[in-house]
Amino acid sequence: MTDLPREPIAIDVGQVLGEVLGDVRKSVTSLYAGLVTRQTGRAVRAAIETRLQGAGTLSLSLIDFSEVAIIDFSCADEVVAKLLQRYLDREPPSAFFVFRGVHEPHRDQIETVLRRQGLAAVVESQPGIFCVAGGHTECEGRVWAVLEERGSVGPDEVERVFPLLDDRAALDGLVQRGLAFRSPRTSGVTALSRMVHHLL
Amino acid sequence: MPASLDHRSIDDFFDDVAEHAGQRALVDARHLRWVDPDGMVGLLLTGTVAGRGGARPRLGLPESPDVTGYLSRMGFFEAARGVFDFDAAPRRTPAGRSDVLLEITSVASNADVHAVVDRVQGQAGMILASRLDYPPSAAVQFSVMLSELCQNIVEHAEAPGWVAAQAYNWARRLGRFVVVISVMDGGCGFRGSLMEEHAARYGDRWGDATALEAAFLHGLTRFPDSGRGQGIQQIRRQVRRWDGAITIRSGTARIGQVPAWDDAPPLVDGLAPFPGSQISIVLPAHVDGADGGARA
Repeated sequence: MTDLPREPIAIDVGQVLGEVLGDVRKSVTSLYAGLVTRQTGRAVRAAIETRLQGAGTLSLSLIDFSEVAIIDFSCADEVVAKLLQRYLDREPPSAFFVFRGVHEPHRDQIETVLRRQGLAAVVESQPGIFCVAGGHTECEGRVWAVLEERGSVGPDEVERVFPLLDDRAALDGLVQRGLAFRSPRTSGVTALSRMVHHLL
Repeated sequence: MPASLDHRSIDDFFDDVAEHAGQRALVDARHLRWVDPDGMVGLLLTGTVAGRGGARPRLGLPESPDVTGYLSRMGFFEAARGVFDFDAAPRRTPAGRSDVLLEITSVASNADVHAVVDRVQGQAGMILASRLDYPPSAAVQFSVMLSELCQNIVEHAEAPGWVAAQAYNWARRLGRFVVVISVMDGGCGFRGSLMEEHAARYGDRWGDATALEAAFLHGLTRFPDSGRGQGIQQIRRQVRRWDGAITIRSGTARIGQVPAWDDAPPLVDGLAPFPGSQISIVLPAHVDGADGGARA
């Protein structure tokens, strides 16, 4: 339906963090998973990138922060901003990401690092509720919300759903920024949340 | 040593130690009557600096059992082994339910920062809510702030340091509770960390004060990566939201973000040269109408 060559990949950051920390966590007693320090963030990102290596030339990943109690600014930069930077510097993007479990305690850190780098990401802010975090224009936000509400816009529907030229340009921008997926086969545009819905 | 060693008197103490650098030192704490996290962590740091001349300095323990008991509960004497020579200290008694947010903890590695964050999570929510009337979400923001503070040591100092945090009732000074956080190291300081990348563009103006301004006000860092340098900026932002005060001494200068309730100057230069970086944060209890305005 979406022209993705493979199923979306689900990555539990809490689990990756546990594997990465290994020896570190032997010295602490808390059950909380703290995604803190730049060094840890780098290691978690490297582990995520390793898992993405087998994802093919076009991929969609659900990066799940639900089991992470704390994320600091350094880790938000390493795990979210730098991950996006690496995969979104191609046009069109080769990898798409949805960040799950970005609840209130994580939101400010992730928003801040994304805005600083001029990036944006689709995040699940509450169970089943998605939004765009990071830097985006008012027009991009409005067009994204329409797409999110509809789920998808077929190629023959684009002009009717988005009659304004600016809105259609914003839709193109969302695709280029990895915030929406355009089928190479049909040119229809799909909201990323719909593409990972079955994984939630 | 002065009778009171806290965030207000610590600079004079550092200056005294700096002036006697390289000499065999006796740090006489016998008449110490009051010490806060800045005083305790600063005392450890002065011992480290004084010991660089070769011989380990001797510490004369406070005569007040209240002070030695408090130092013991905060883990001062464990941390002081290897820094000072001193007579047998009182055995450490568990802090139990108290206003100690974080006992003195050494910070030298990534694992230490994880340990700090893990430890503080258990206490932070309860103390920040009961003493400062902060919302439940403040515990996470507080932990994030501590993580960024401690990472400054691991990423920039090139030497180990310590962190401690405690809640106090500033009844006379402010009429409300505060939390005092102290993070100090004896490493290369802000000027040393930034020198290679940024000194040339400042020319003759380059020094401790300009290095502090560059990092504190403008977010400069020695790393070319555009994602770096935001730790201190975000700490400042969070401290401002809580109407708190943050000051950083490094070398001969101290810079600060000063709220309306504090009368400290935003920048002091011309202090005695003291190694490393010394960060002090005071977070006051929430009062309705505090606007978070600050000078820097």
